Parts: sequence; C-alpha cells; structure tokens
Amino acid sequence: MAMSATPATLNVLLSFPSPNQRRLHLGTSNQSSSFLRTHLVNTKSFSRTTMTVAVNASRFENITMAPPDPILGVSEAFKADTHEMKLNLGVGAYRTEDLQPYVLNVVKKAENLMLERGDNKEYLPIEGLAAFNKVTAELLFGTDNQIILQKKKRKSVIDVCVFCSLKVATIQGLSGTGSLRLAAALIERYFPGAKVLISSPTWGNHKNIFNDARVQWSEYRYYDPNTVGLDFNGMIADIKAAPDGSFILLHGCAHNPTGIDPTPEQWEIIADVIQEKNHIPFFDVAYQGFASGSLDTDASSVRLFAARGMELLVAQSYSKNLGLYAERIGAINVVCSTADAATRVKSQLKRLARPMYSNPPVHGARIVANVVGNPELFSEWKDEMEMMAGRIKSVRQKLYSSLCTKEKTGKDWSFILKQIGMFSFTGLNKAQSDNMTNKWHVYMTKDGRISLAGLSSAKCEYLADAIIDSYHNVS
Amino acid sequence: MALRTMISGRAVRSGAAMGARSISSWWRNVEPAPKDPILGVTEAFLADPSPNKVNVGVGAYRDDDGKPVVLECVREAERRIAGNLNMEYLPMGGSMNMVEETLKLAYGENSELIKDKRIAAIQALSGTGACRIFADFQRRFRPESQIYIPVPTWSNHHNIWRDAQVPQRTFHYYHPESKGLDFASMMDDIKNAPNGSFFLLHACAHNPTGVDPSEEQWREISYQFKAKGHFAFFDMAYQGFASGDPEKDAKSIRIFLEDGHLIGCSQSYAKNMGLYGQRVGCLSVVCEDEKQAVAVKSQLQQLARPMYSNPPVHGALIVSIILSDPDLKKLWLKEVKGMADRIIGMRTALRENLESLGSSLSWEHITNQIGMFCYSGMTPEQVDRLTNEFHIYMTRNGRISMAGVTTKNVAYLANAIHDVTKSP
Repeated sequence: MAMSATPATLNVLLSFPSPNQRRLHLGTSNQSSSFLRTHLVNTKSFSRTTMTVAVNASRFENITMAPPDPILGVSEAFKADTHEMKLNLGVGAYRTEDLQPYVLNVVKKAENLMLERGDNKEYLPIEGLAAFNKVTAELLFGTDNQIILQKKKRKSVIDVCVFCSLKVATIQGLSGTGSLRLAAALIERYFPGAKVLISSPTWGNHKNIFNDARVQWSEYRYYDPNTVGLDFNGMIADIKAAPDGSFILLHGCAHNPTGIDPTPEQWEIIADVIQEKNHIPFFDVAYQGFASGSLDTDASSVRLFAARGMELLVAQSYSKNLGLYAERIGAINVVCSTADAATRVKSQLKRLARPMYSNPPVHGARIVANVVGNPELFSEWKDEMEMMAGRIKSVRQKLYSSLCTKEKTGKDWSFILKQIGMFSFTGLNKAQSDNMTNKWHVYMTKDGRISLAGLSSAKCEYLADAIIDSYHNVS
Repeated sequence: MALRTMISGRAVRSGAAMGARSISSWWRNVEPAPKDPILGVTEAFLADPSPNKVNVGVGAYRDDDGKPVVLECVREAERRIAGNLNMEYLPMGGSMNMVEETLKLAYGENSELIKDKRIAAIQALSGTGACRIFADFQRRFRPESQIYIPVPTWSNHHNIWRDAQVPQRTFHYYHPESKGLDFASMMDDIKNAPNGSFFLLHACAHNPTGVDPSEEQWREISYQFKAKGHFAFFDMAYQGFASGDPEKDAKSIRIFLEDGHLIGCSQSYAKNMGLYGQRVGCLSVVCEDEKQAVAVKSQLQQLARPMYSNPPVHGALIVSIILSDPDLKKLWLKEVKGMADRIIGMRTALRENLESLGSSLSWEHITNQIGMFCYSGMTPEQVDRLTNEFHIYMTRNGRISMAGVTTKNVAYLANAIHDVTKSP
C-alpha cells in the first residue's frame, strides 16, 4: 500500500535507528556549515528538516586511497615539477626533438577526410568497425596470409560487405589494455585454472589486467641484470617448467620495459618449446613499426608463429605507431585452427565486451581504417613511422656516445645500443632511479626504464650526466 | 630429443602440415554466444531487403526521414577539434573539464556537492562503462552486497552486474495490466529488502517501458529509501530526452539529493548529444567529504586502469567544447528539445492512428509513457509476426523505439500493430 506520509509519521519513523543511519559527525566547521547549507536551505517543507539531519553514512567509508599508478603517476609528478631542466622519460609517448607531442600528418589528413564526409556517430557493432578489423588483421599477419583470406559476402540491396576472416577472430578493442583485458576475460571463462606466464619484468599493467580478470599468472625469467640482456636459458627453462597448456605472454617486438628482443633464431626455439608443451602463445604488439621502423619486420615474430599453424592470441595497439593514444584503438585477434572455432570465439569475445562498454569508440577506428586502407596514406604513414623510429634510434646512439664520453670507470654501456624500441632499461635500481628524479629532475619509472621517445638530442648530455652520477654514486 | 624436436618442428613449419599439431582447437568447448537481444535486431534489419522495412529496435534517434542525426552543435565542436589538438593520453579519470560540466547537468549548476568537492567522478565509456565500473567497485568494496534491479530493465544491466559478480535481485516495476507503474508492489519490495540494499533506478525515461514514477512518487521512494538506509544508483541515459528539459529530467536525482542521499550516478551522452559511437559518459559517487571523494575516485581509476587504461578523448572533447561555450550549449539544448518534441509528436501520431483504425484496445500508454521507448504490451509472438509479415524490427519484449517512427512510416506501423493485435 502506498503510504501517504504525514510529517508526524516521518519523524516517528526516522527516529528509529537503522544500521546504516547515524548522525553526521560535524567535524570541521567547513563541513558542518556546508552540510547544513545543503540540507536546510534546500529543504522544501519545514517538517523535512528533521528528516534530513540524519544522513546515511557512506557505504564507502572504509575506502583508502589507491596508490598512484607507477607509470601514469610519473607524468603527474613531472607536471608538478617547476625545475627548468626537468625531463619526462616516464610514459611511452612519442615526442619530437622539441619535446612536443606529435600528431601524424596522415592522421590529420584522415580526420579532415572524415569531417568532409560528415560521417555519422552511430553505434559500432560490438566487434567494432568492420573496415578497421579487416585492415588491422592484414597489417599484423600480412595481406597474403592464409589465415586471413577474406570472404566478401555481399548483402543484396544494401550492398553491405561483411568481411569474415577465415580463421581469425578479430575484434576492435580499447587499445592494447582493452584488448588484453578481453583476452584475459576469455581465458578466465574458458580456461579456468589456466595460468598466464608473463616476462620478468613486463609492462606494469599486465599484472593488474590479469588480477582484475581473475586469471592466475606467474613469471618467466627474461631480463638478465648481469648482461643487461636476455636471460634466454632462464626463459626457456621457465616456459618448459610451466604446466602444459599455459598461456605465454610475449612481446611481439620492442619489449616493454627492457627494449630487449629475442633474435629470430631465439624466436624459433621459443616457438618449439611452446609447441612441445602445448602452450598458447599470447602476443602483446604495442609497437609494430616502432621497433625497427618497418611494420613488416616488427610483425615477424607473430608471423613466424602463425606460419607454424599455431593457435595464438594477439593484442594490438595504435597508441604509439599512429599516435592515437587517447583515442583508445586496438584489437584482439584470436587465430584458431578452424573457421568454426573463430566464429564461436568471436561471438564470445563480443559477449564479454557488451557488459564492459557495449561497443567500442568509433573515432580512432575510422582514422586507422582510413590511413591503413588508403594506399597513399598508408605509404605516407610508413614514412612517418620510419622518421619516428629513426629519431629514437638516433637519440639512442647519441645517449650512448655521451655515456661513453663521460664514463670514467670502464663500464660497458653498449647494451643501450642493443635494445630496441621506445624504451631503454638502464639497469638503474630503485634508489638510483629516485636519485635521477630527486637530484636531476629526470622522471622515469622505478624499474630503471627510460622512454627515449621523450628524449631530445639536445638533452642527451644532461641525461648522460644524470645516469652516470646515479649509477656510480648511489646504491 | 633435439632431433625429434627439430623434425617435428620442421614438419609443422611447412605450410602443408599446417594444423597437424592443432587440428583439435583449444577452443572446442567455446559455444556460440546467443545474439544480443537488442543489437541483434539491427543486424537482422540490415540484412532484410524489403523496401518497407522499419527499424524500431535499438534506441538510436532518427530524424523524420529515418536518418541518423549528428547535431549541429556537435559538428561545430568537431570542426574546432579536427586535426588540431594532439591525442595524448587523458588521465585515468578522463577529461576533468568534461566531468565537471557533466556533473552540473546531473547535480545542478550551483550544486553545493560540486562546490564542496564531495563527488568522486570519472569519465566513463558511456552508460555501459559507468555502470560496469560502479558494479566492479561495488563488488570490490561491498562484496556482501547485491543489486536490486527493476523488472523489466535494459537487458545489459543484467550482463553488467553478472560479469562484475554482484548477485542480483529484482523489484517490481512495470504493471502489465495498466502498462504503467506497479507502485504499490515496488514500495513493498523496497520495504522488504534488507536495510542498506543497493538499488538500480532509472532517473527518467525508463528503458524499456517508458514508465516513470511521478514527482510525488519519487518523493515517497526517496523517503522509503531513507527509512531503510538503501543506496540509490541512478542510471540516467536520457537526460533531456524525456521531457525535452534536462533540468526537469533530473528531478528524481534532485529529490534524492535534497533528502541527503549519497547516491551513485551513471550519465551518458549517447542519446542526448547523439554521440553514440563515441562512448562518452560519466560515473559519479557522492561522498561524505572531499577526502573521501578523492579516495573513492582513486579506486574508481584503479578499476579503469586494467580495463582500458584511460578513456577515449574525442567524444569528451566534443562534450567539453559544447558545454563550456554558452552559445553552443544553448544550441544543444534547443536541439535536444527538438528531438524530444519529435518523439512526443510521434507518440501522439501512433496512438491516433491506432485509434482511428478502430482498435478495441487501449493505446493510452503510448502517450503516457515517456522517452525513447514505448512498451507496447505486444507478445513475442505478435512481435515475430510484425517482423516476419511486415518487416518491422523491434525487440521481442514489445519495446518500440519511438525514435525510429516517422511521419512516413507511422501509418504503416499502426496498421501492422493493429493487424497483429486485433481479435481474430
């Protein structure tokens, strides 16, 4: 029965204490006056005054402050620093020699095209923009790859082409993070108890993703601090020791944070071991084009595995190579041994995405589809890609030279040249990294990772000084 | 051992033997997922070759020609953005400017809560994303809690709280006989729920029924919530779309705020700014004080980081530009009213058409209900007939998206509905 509440009734009912009601503690005068202001000024009838004083206690009283994100938190700290020599080598976002963010020319052109066309903003299907899914798979696997032979189904009058990939389930994801998360959710649902092996070290957010997706993970050896290179034997041993049917998370190229990639020969052996153990390779490809400057070369590890007929998972991101960071554009690809499996897997990926965000954002997908799908723009992109990767290679070289010049105790810094991609693992420990920040105002992550994308050749000397000082004078 | 490895390795490497080792896929036990009941309708519609086909399925606004609409204010905002700004990562909490403007819409231009910084808020992936982060947040910090969901509701609500692993309960909402609100049963459910329960409420323009409580009813609901110490989570996906006036559409929330509730709220710009595919929205949680708001916001970000790191910028920029520019904002308000008015006009037209066809049934509910949807009361079988015989696409619960009704198809639609609902 709907009760018509009289003021008297209201008061009576509300004097009865219930677990979640308590008088708000009027602490600071600010709080109390604002509270009173909120509740007394805005109340309509006098009788309601009594009712509003007993405010429900927040359900979330016990919530503590989350720790700052180790990577994204760095930029925030950098912004707050006023020192003139400050240098942000934290997050992996490409900067020009003037240390400005860079919007690729092809992206500007694509956006203008889109504006002229007056594209609408309708929902994408859950799996994302079909044109994007097509080009992203081709970019990754190569256009000739058998696994992505495309069947064009013409849908009669409307002439809608539905591209269905033969053996790859590709769906647009929220950049690399979102694509990894979908894959993790798929693993959790269909491989309960399966473990993911991640490299030690790896990108900080990998653990968060698997934790939140409730997927168990463990580490395989990767970085050897003694050589500042790859601990290949350790890596192979750990992959072999994992229970059969584990997922092995591999960085397709330009390993983050170390910059240390296996050689092609090493990749073959890794593939051998994975096959022996019936593991599933799971690639994170966030830097295609950024490692060597060539999109094809950087995809060779993935293509090697695919060519063996292995089933694999591949997460892609266009944050760095197309500079589309904030547009959140990427994809999750699941290569299956049968077309039927791919269809089913795709449907389940959609089912995981729907309660996460319903359908992915359209803008970035259109940009990629326009750039990669247009031969002229694609060619221009390749040039810009080479330019960006080239700048990084050259600051790498310059940093190395500066270090050699300033090095007085014969330490070998050549590992810097052997590393590839946006990052360099300096080998500095936490205390030394802190010194970089506190004394030299160089912002980096505590694992000793510096983003060369944020380094200008003008600042190489300064950085070399900072590194030498931190390495030798701090322990 | 090495030789065997080499041989098997080589054999597998050759294209001819492709798949030899993995003929049985890892994914054997993956069944095909059922089609999404809402988005699947559009797929079916697109595949239909009939020239008479009508899509009144998904809730996306169409103009009187049945075309998608990009608002003028949006086009202008985009012109200002295109090719200019860089695309650096937004902070995990998204565009603060966008969030601030968005909070004003829900909480009031001069809201004390905003001034006192008591609202923990982040940019979210439209309404879905906001609900999902909240559901995950609820699971993490109130693991013993459940969510009470109205019957019926947007189908994806169930998916969201389920995937977040929050147990669900239901409460009465829709009254099939009157095609209105089952207020009495709803109040009973509210009273009978354990104290301190979490409830999902649609702030305005309930989806799928279009049935909203009256202002008086909202006041009673709020009062009862106070008595029981319940938590109210508002999903507001249609602010501006219900009555044409965003302030009016936020009334339910304002009532709760006046009564001192510490609410949660999901806001979406998909419909009211036509930014569907851009995925722009906001999640907010009202806290006791600024310190708590900071802590809660940090935890919301912590949930977003392993899901997508940071939200997409494009749509957020559009919203910011529009809401921060008085002229653009005025234009937006005018355009929203225009959309709402067209829908209200179509409701009247549909009802009048049905009545003039001599239908013996009551079609009052078409004009009583509000927002994008009309819960027609048709059965799944009747809906199937509409689709199979008349090429009219809608969800099988009888929900008609009024946004898909135009002056050109309303007569056809009325005719078809009359045909399948009249007594034989």
